[in-house]
Amino acid sequence: MNIDINFLGILIGAIMASSVPLILAASGELITERSGVLNLGVEGMMIIGAISGFALMVITDNLFLAIIGSMLSGLLLSFIFGFLTQSLLTNHVASGLALTIFGIGLSAMIGKDFVGIPGKEFPLLFVNLKEAIPLFGPIFFGHSIVFYFAFLLPFGTNYFLRKTKIGLIVRAVGDSPVSAANQGINVLLVRYCCILYGGAMCGLGGAYLSLIYTPQWIENMTAGRGWIALALVVFATWSPLKVLAGAIIFGGITILQLHMQAMGIRIPVQFLSALPYIMTIVVLVIISRDSRKIKLNTPTSLGQIFYKEK
Amino acid sequence: MIKIERRNETSNLIYFLTPVLAIFLTLVTGAIIFYLLGFKPLEALKFFFVTPISDLYGLSELLVKATPLCLIAIGLSFCFKSNNWNIGAEGQLTFGGIVGGGVALLFYNHEGVYVLPLIILAGAFGGMVFAMIPAILKIYFNTNEILVSLMLVYVSKLLLDYLVVGPWSNPEGFNFPETRQFSDSARLPILFEGLRIHAGIFIALVSVFLAWVVLFKTYLGFQIKVSGLSLKTAKYAGFKGRKMILLVFMVSGACAGLAGVGEITGPIGQLHRMISPEYGFTAIIVAFLGRLNPIGIVFASLIVALTYLGAETAQIFLQVPKYTGQVFQGMILFFLLASDFLLFFRIKLSGFKKYEY
Repeated sequence: MNIDINFLGILIGAIMASSVPLILAASGELITERSGVLNLGVEGMMIIGAISGFALMVITDNLFLAIIGSMLSGLLLSFIFGFLTQSLLTNHVASGLALTIFGIGLSAMIGKDFVGIPGKEFPLLFVNLKEAIPLFGPIFFGHSIVFYFAFLLPFGTNYFLRKTKIGLIVRAVGDSPVSAANQGINVLLVRYCCILYGGAMCGLGGAYLSLIYTPQWIENMTAGRGWIALALVVFATWSPLKVLAGAIIFGGITILQLHMQAMGIRIPVQFLSALPYIMTIVVLVIISRDSRKIKLNTPTSLGQIFYKEK
Repeated sequence: MIKIERRNETSNLIYFLTPVLAIFLTLVTGAIIFYLLGFKPLEALKFFFVTPISDLYGLSELLVKATPLCLIAIGLSFCFKSNNWNIGAEGQLTFGGIVGGGVALLFYNHEGVYVLPLIILAGAFGGMVFAMIPAILKIYFNTNEILVSLMLVYVSKLLLDYLVVGPWSNPEGFNFPETRQFSDSARLPILFEGLRIHAGIFIALVSVFLAWVVLFKTYLGFQIKVSGLSLKTAKYAGFKGRKMILLVFMVSGACAGLAGVGEITGPIGQLHRMISPEYGFTAIIVAFLGRLNPIGIVFASLIVALTYLGAETAQIFLQVPKYTGQVFQGMILFFLLASDFLLFFRIKLSGFKKYEY
């Protein structure tokens, strides 16, 4: 088969674009989980981000406000989760699940008047370079600012967790909240911040879908990407750079499905779609069977309720 | 300073009353949300919670929807009580539906009394086997059952999708993503002419009774309860932890599988992509709302089933999206979890200096 080099570039560019919401949501959730909090509400926060971004864009006609608003709405939703799990000491799993269910419902209610409204063109950067350079042009140029932010984010997150003091504090809180508290760290505050940050990133991931990727509002348009992002964090063994790699693999599978359907390749698309989930389970088994490895990778207190007797 | 203290004991009455409080708060908040979105709140709530069950057909629909929710939640209560977080009931339901549906398709042109029991057993077996995956991985590889059971939901849904589009699709179905209609002897009997309520409700009721017996009257139920309260105590008492994990997952998977097979042999009558409107996830809310108690779960399943029905009615009369029901489901769980706080902790105001003259 003769592969057109430009087509290849466009294909890779499309794969990277489709992985953006995954990178954003997973990077946010990664910080949340690193602080020992398991928030299963990613899907709910993403979809709320998607509708609030789109609604704000329609109402204010200002894309900047829309992006900021989507992050704020994701943050607000995650605050419900934070308040429940951190201040009221509720179960993380149940609270996160409630958040997703609630978010999907609320987004549909808010969005009922926004169905069918066309989106606005989002400004793309370096468009002239996209055409000028073969192969690399369509891969790296002609994308939105959110795209570039998403691809820098894992590096920033990695630096933050490994090299900064606050990053160390976050990890300490996730690995041993009791010791961290004994060191005088305000565990509650750290966890709240991580939860809110995660919410904001999920909101942004959702807004990328409704404002840039497919600029319109469709009910339930995140279509399970929140769950994939959750899987991705585990798949990446809580390491930001692996999130980047994983998101490209997961995003690539999505895009490849479309092209394989078009080219009439006879592998059932469902098997491809199931691959990310199966691979996540395999990775989980590999990292979990060795108790040393799991300690190295997993935030030890993940999902446990922290309650300090005074 | 505000101080939080753990209560030493909680009253049983309050324990079962807080769900009622949670429902009340949900209705109030729901009214506020409706108001903010420009609906008349009381009218909207009426369309949501009263209109759907004001006739016989509505009541029958309520039971049709409550049946799978109740069944799954009963199974989940075994898991949750023993601190095993199976959140993949949706997947176990789907896989049970696939296995049961497969058997039903084998017998699509057979009639006979043996067909239905065979399908139901196959469905329960399918759900059970599927639930054993996260259990076995947890036992032998120490994997997190939350994540594994969740991932498997999507695997099973995609498998169902593949089957109904591909090999199992109806040869005379014009490429619609659905299988053949099951034969009459593969269908759960309808209880009343003209309504959709089917014999699956008896399966649910029997499981409620069995769960009650096991949880409250047997040594096994005691073991499950103790493992949930304190793993250390359970180990000290010599309970077999691994067997317990496997067992509760099997029970819960079988229940979810039964729910799946109940749907396809009951109201649906074939396999297609959407055999469950996320009953498996919603049942988690039911299990919590029912306080992991079999009787409580019966009531909880009726209430949560009403949010499904209400959303359908409100969609017709108010043109709200069908997902509106999920707003209420989410809120019920929020408020329930929040009110639990008052149950297990008390807030003490202390450290304020008294004003001195």
